[in-house]
Amino acid sequence: MTHQETGGPERMTGAQSLIRSLENAGTENIFGIPGGAILPAYDPLMDSTKIRHILVRHEQGAGHAAQGYASATGKVGVCMATSGPGATNLVTPIADAYMDSVPLVAITGQVGAAFIGTDAFQEADIRGITMPITKHNFLVTDPAEISRTVAEAFHIASTGRPGPVLVDVAKSALQAMTDFTWPAELSLPGYRPTTRPHSKQIREAARLILESRRPVLYVGGGVIRAAASRELKVLAELTGIPVVTTLMARGAFPDSHSQHLGMPGMHGTVAAVAGLQRSDLIISLGARFDDRVTGNLDSFAPNAKVIHADIDPAEIGKNRYTDVPIVGDCREVISDLVVALQTEADAGTTGDYEAWVDFLVNVRSRYPLGYDAPDDGSLAPQLVMERLGAIAGPDAIYCSGVGQHQMWAAHYVGYEKPNTWINSGGLGTMGFSVPAAMGAKVGCPDTTVWSIDGDGCFQMTNQELATCAIEGIPIKVAVINNESLGMVRQWQTLFYNQRYSNTDLHTGADRRIPDFVKLAEAYGCVGLSCDSPSDVDAVITKAMEIDDVPVVVDFRVHRDAMVWPMVAAGTSNDEIKYARDLAPEFEKDDL
Amino acid sequence: MITPSKHTLSVLVENKPGVLARIAGLFSRRGFNIDSLAVGPTEHPEVSRMTIVVNVEDSPLEQVTKQLNKLVEVLKIVELSGPASINRELLLVKVKADVSSRGAVLDTVQLFRAKVVDVAPDAVTIEVTGNSDKLADFLRVLEPFGIRELVQSGVVAIGRGSRSISERTLRPVPVPVPAPTTGSVG
Repeated sequence: MTHQETGGPERMTGAQSLIRSLENAGTENIFGIPGGAILPAYDPLMDSTKIRHILVRHEQGAGHAAQGYASATGKVGVCMATSGPGATNLVTPIADAYMDSVPLVAITGQVGAAFIGTDAFQEADIRGITMPITKHNFLVTDPAEISRTVAEAFHIASTGRPGPVLVDVAKSALQAMTDFTWPAELSLPGYRPTTRPHSKQIREAARLILESRRPVLYVGGGVIRAAASRELKVLAELTGIPVVTTLMARGAFPDSHSQHLGMPGMHGTVAAVAGLQRSDLIISLGARFDDRVTGNLDSFAPNAKVIHADIDPAEIGKNRYTDVPIVGDCREVISDLVVALQTEADAGTTGDYEAWVDFLVNVRSRYPLGYDAPDDGSLAPQLVMERLGAIAGPDAIYCSGVGQHQMWAAHYVGYEKPNTWINSGGLGTMGFSVPAAMGAKVGCPDTTVWSIDGDGCFQMTNQELATCAIEGIPIKVAVINNESLGMVRQWQTLFYNQRYSNTDLHTGADRRIPDFVKLAEAYGCVGLSCDSPSDVDAVITKAMEIDDVPVVVDFRVHRDAMVWPMVAAGTSNDEIKYARDLAPEFEKDDL
Repeated sequence: MITPSKHTLSVLVENKPGVLARIAGLFSRRGFNIDSLAVGPTEHPEVSRMTIVVNVEDSPLEQVTKQLNKLVEVLKIVELSGPASINRELLLVKVKADVSSRGAVLDTVQLFRAKVVDVAPDAVTIEVTGNSDKLADFLRVLEPFGIRELVQSGVVAIGRGSRSISERTLRPVPVPVPAPTTGSVG
C-alpha cells in the first residue's frame, strides 16, 4: 500500500463523493436496490465506468451475493439499499457475515438529517439495529465525512478478523455539496488488530507439539480468511499431525490428503470426532470451539491441552480453557510454527505420533463416510453430491444453503482448494445459497459455480434467478428436493416420534408446488430434473454444458435419507452414532 | 464454588455519538450485568471516560474486557479495584427532619463529613461522597429518621500515584489507505 494524496479538493455532491469513494476503495461490483433515501447515490452510480451495479430482487439477495463475492475472491463485498425496509432486509446477511467473518460493506440511505428521529417515512435506526451484528457501523450526516468514513469502513471490514461494516448516509448529506478529498491516512486509535504472533508463544506451542503424543490440527475458517492453506499443508506434512477441517474450513486442506480426517462436529466423521475427543493436544488454528464442534463442552476432548491461535483475542479462552494462547494472523502463526518446528527437526527433534496416526487411520478405514442406496431404486442425495464433485471437479465453487444438503455437500463433494466451499456456518441462514452463488460467479466469472440448495432453502431466495438470467450470471443450481424441511424432519424422526409437524413442503410427486423445472423456465433459466441414479451423470453433464444461462436441476431424492454420523444436540461427542442406533466400537486398549 | 465479585473498569472511549449505546448493548447481549455506570468528559475533549462496575467471576471478566476492546471506539480499559485506586460515589438524600430531630440529623452529617444542601421545615437534603461502604453506613444511620428520597451516582474511580491512564492512548495510529485508482465519476 502506498500513501498518496489525490491533489486538491474537488467540488461535488455527497452522492458523487460516495461513489468516488467506493471506486477509490477498490469496489468493482455492488449488489443493491435503489429507493427514496439512497436515490441521489444511484444517479452518479449510473455514470461510473469502474463499478458494475447488479440490481437484485430483494435486499437479502444483495447481502448474500456480496458475501459470496467476498468469500470467493477474498475482496470486500459491497451491497447497497435504501432506508427503512431496504436496510432491515440487509439485517440477515449482515448477521451472517458477522458470524462467519466475511468482509462486507453495506451502504444504506437514511432519511434526511432533519427527519432523523421523527418516525419519518421509511425511517429505521439501522445503525442501532445493526450494532450487535456489525464489526462497526457509521451514520453520516455531514457530506464532508463521506470519503473518510468509506475508507475506514473498507479498512475495518478487511483487516484483523474480517466482518461487516455498515455505512448509513443521510439523504441530505448525499444531496449537499462538499469538497471531496480522499484521505491519505486514517486515524483509528481504538482499532489495532494484532497480526504478528508473539515469539514466546510460538516457542511454547512448538514445545507442546513436540511433547505431545496425540496431537490434532483443528483447522477453522480463519485459515481460509487468512489465505493460509499453503502454509497449513507445509506444517501438516512437516509434523505428520492429523488434520480436521471444520464446516467453515472445508477446502483449507485437501480432502484427498492422507492426513485429513474430515470434518469434526455434530455431523462430523467418526475419525475427526474421535481425533479431537481422544487427543492430548488440540492445535486450534482460526477455529472457535463452536458448540456444533464441541458438543457438550464439559466432556469435550477431556485429556487435551489446547494451543489456540486466532486473530481475535476474544475467541481465545471463550469456550475452552487455553494452555497456549496465540493472538495473530493464521498465516503468520503457521509460518512461524513451521520455522520453529523445522529448526527442531533439523536438530533431530521431532514428535512421536506413530501410534496415534495408526489408530486414527484405522478408525477412518473402519468408519468411512457412507450411505445405503435406497431399496426402492430412488435417488440418494449423497450420490448426487459425489457425482457433482466428480464431474464439476475441485476447481468449481460450491455454495450451499443450510440443512441436510449442506452436510452432505460438506462431506461428499470433495474439496481440494480454499474458497471453493461457501456456506452459512455460524448463523445457519436458509436461503443463502442462490444469492451467494450469484455473488461468487460475479467475482469468478470463469469458474463453474454450483449452488447446492434444499427445496426449503431454494424457496426463500430463488427470486435472484431473475437477476442471474438478466445480468448474465450463469450459475447452476442443484436443488436437493426431498419434499421437506429435511433436517427438521430428521430430528422429528429421531427425537419426536416421527410426528412430522409442518415439515412437508409438497414439492414432490404428490403436488409439486412449485414445479421447480417450470419455475426455472419462468425465470429464463434452463430447468432440468432427475429422479433416478442412472440419470445423475447425464443431467449433471448436460447442466455443465450450458454456460449462457443459469440452470436449475431438480434432483428428486429419497425423502427419508438422513445425515450420518450424528452427535445428538447437547450430548457428548463420545455418543457419536455412525448410523441410526449404531455407535462405533473402540477396543478397550485403543488409545 | 467461585462467587462473583465486583470489578471497577475504567474505559476510555472516543467521544462520539452512540458509544454509550454500543457499550450498554454489548453488556446486555453477552449476558453481563452492569452494577453502575458513570460517563463523563476527560482532560482530552475527544475522549470520554466510563466507569463501569460489573459483578462477575474472573473468567467472564476477561471476556467482558476482550469484547469491549473489540469495539472500534474503545481506546483503553483499566481495572481500578482494590487499594491502588480511589473509588467515589455521590449521594443526595432527603431526610425527614423537624425541630425535634434536626439536631441529631446534623450530628450524623458532621460525623460522615457530609453537607446539608437544602433545608425545609420538615426535611433536609444532604450531599455526601465516599465509597460504597461509607454511603451504605451513612444511609443505615439516617434510616431511623425517615428517608424521603435518595439519588446516587455511579462509581467514578482513579488510580493512585502520578501516572495517568490516558497518557499513551491518544496518539493516533495512522493507517494507510489504498491509493485511489484514477477515477471517472463526474
